[in-house]
Amino acid sequence: MSDDDEIILADLDDEELVAQMFDDLYDGLKEEIEEGVNILLERGWEPYDVLTKALVGGMTIVGNDFRDGILFVPEVLLAAGAMKGGMAILKPLLAETGAPRVGKMVIGTVKGDIHDIGKNLVGMMMEGAGFEVVDIGINNAVDNYLDTAKAEDADIIGMSALLTTTMPYMKVVIDTMVAQGIRDDYIVLVGGAPLNEEFGKAIGADAYCRDAAVAVETAKTWMARKHNQMSA
Amino acid sequence: MSNALTDLLKTRDWLLTDGATGTTLFNMGLTSGDAPEMWNETESDKIRALYSGAVDAGSDIFLTNTFGGNASRLKLHGAEKRAGELSRMGAEIGREIADKAGRTVVVAGSMGPTGEIMAPMGPLTHEIAVEIFHDQAEGLKAGGADVLWAETISAPEELRAVAEAAALADMPWCVTMSFDTAGRTMMGTTSGEMTRIIGKLAHQPVAYGANCGVGSSDLIRTLMGFGKGSGPLIAKGNAGIPKYHDGHIHYNGTPELMADYAVLARNAGATIIGGCCGTTPDHLRAMRAALESTPRGPAAPLAEVAERLGGFSSDSDGTDGKGPTRDRTSRRRARV
Repeated sequence: MSDDDEIILADLDDEELVAQMFDDLYDGLKEEIEEGVNILLERGWEPYDVLTKALVGGMTIVGNDFRDGILFVPEVLLAAGAMKGGMAILKPLLAETGAPRVGKMVIGTVKGDIHDIGKNLVGMMMEGAGFEVVDIGINNAVDNYLDTAKAEDADIIGMSALLTTTMPYMKVVIDTMVAQGIRDDYIVLVGGAPLNEEFGKAIGADAYCRDAAVAVETAKTWMARKHNQMSA
Repeated sequence: MSNALTDLLKTRDWLLTDGATGTTLFNMGLTSGDAPEMWNETESDKIRALYSGAVDAGSDIFLTNTFGGNASRLKLHGAEKRAGELSRMGAEIGREIADKAGRTVVVAGSMGPTGEIMAPMGPLTHEIAVEIFHDQAEGLKAGGADVLWAETISAPEELRAVAEAAALADMPWCVTMSFDTAGRTMMGTTSGEMTRIIGKLAHQPVAYGANCGVGSSDLIRTLMGFGKGSGPLIAKGNAGIPKYHDGHIHYNGTPELMADYAVLARNAGATIIGGCCGTTPDHLRAMRAALESTPRGPAAPLAEVAERLGGFSSDSDGTDGKGPTRDRTSRRRARV
């Protein structure tokens, strides 16, 4: 890097710094993001503000460009990695300061399905948006979803399937929730290559999410709805 | 390097390959979550039926039941040490069916992706990926496959690893990528870029192209995006889009639609034409009949493709310079 384009983060004012952090997230520069987070904290920013205004703000741009076919998986993985660096600094501070919770999601691929790249991406993007993510991995039976959701006091259950033969299992999970009278305790989001909106509706999910970026937006919308219902 | 596929390509100006493996096996009772490759050992008659289905429907080439037969995928079933062996068995059954077909039928040893993200983004290094693919390639070769056939590849790094493995196994090979994300692969590779990547390989494939992806119309657009290539093009599109109906999934692409797709694919430059998910022997028969009875024509404009096969999944596939972009003003130089 030549002197001309050297950027000294500490020399930037808050507004410029946040704008630069958006850019650095976009480019997946982890060390720069960590540095930016530390500078904002030193300047007296609340950890929650650093999370929502700098990191989540930046990841929203990454998410939008992923949704729009400008960025693809490699760039998103890099950005999520940089975000994770910043989150590692913020996480203990957020817990200490009792910052509001964005939401908690239990996510896994359904029974019979071992394809997890899409699920991993959604997990990373959700974390990038400030959600807590409990990843229960691949090949999950209904009890895995429901026991974990209960134990973790989750808001959202996310199910992923890449095979046309495994996607019907999503309905088994939802039907079990209905039978146990807990369907409305959780937001149920489904996704995976062979799914579509029509399928999501047919099995009784709250929403089908076309990709990881849409999953984040949908989760935010449903969380807002949930908060409104609770305060109503 | 002379082999059954290049020999056949010298005598014919189009070849029909096969349809869906997974869809067919699930219809035969494979339980989701089980590794289909285990059936090469335990249910070999069903694998014979799978291959015969394609051969009897007129396929000149069929792919072996070894898509997930690499150590990385089989590890999920605790069978990572059996990759070479299960791949060999899949090819052996293929050889048996092809040899009694009464005409030249090419046994293509299917090699699917590892399912891992490759370095530097992910944990899988080039060296290990080559080792994984080479292990499988030797099994397919020992079982009598005529050609290796890598399919549903998303990452250029993985494509290069397969190329190296094929060279190590001293085998001819073919490769198709899956263009399923706004006309590109999941990793962002466009069809035009694939042509450039292929052009730089030391061990050239016999043919390359696209499989799976979204609908059959997207696949035709992908074919056009390859441009001037270094080998014959392969088109293996899905039979429409999966629909959920009464607890079952079926693909909405009819044999008539796939027959039309086959003709459009050949006009768009494909030499080796087949189906992917949802494509049954009935579809293949209709495709063969259409390819035989329809004269070759000029490539249809995209608007006509959309009208005949359905709309595209995105406005641009990234090869026309009209894809969405973001203006960057203050970008740092990315660190290497």
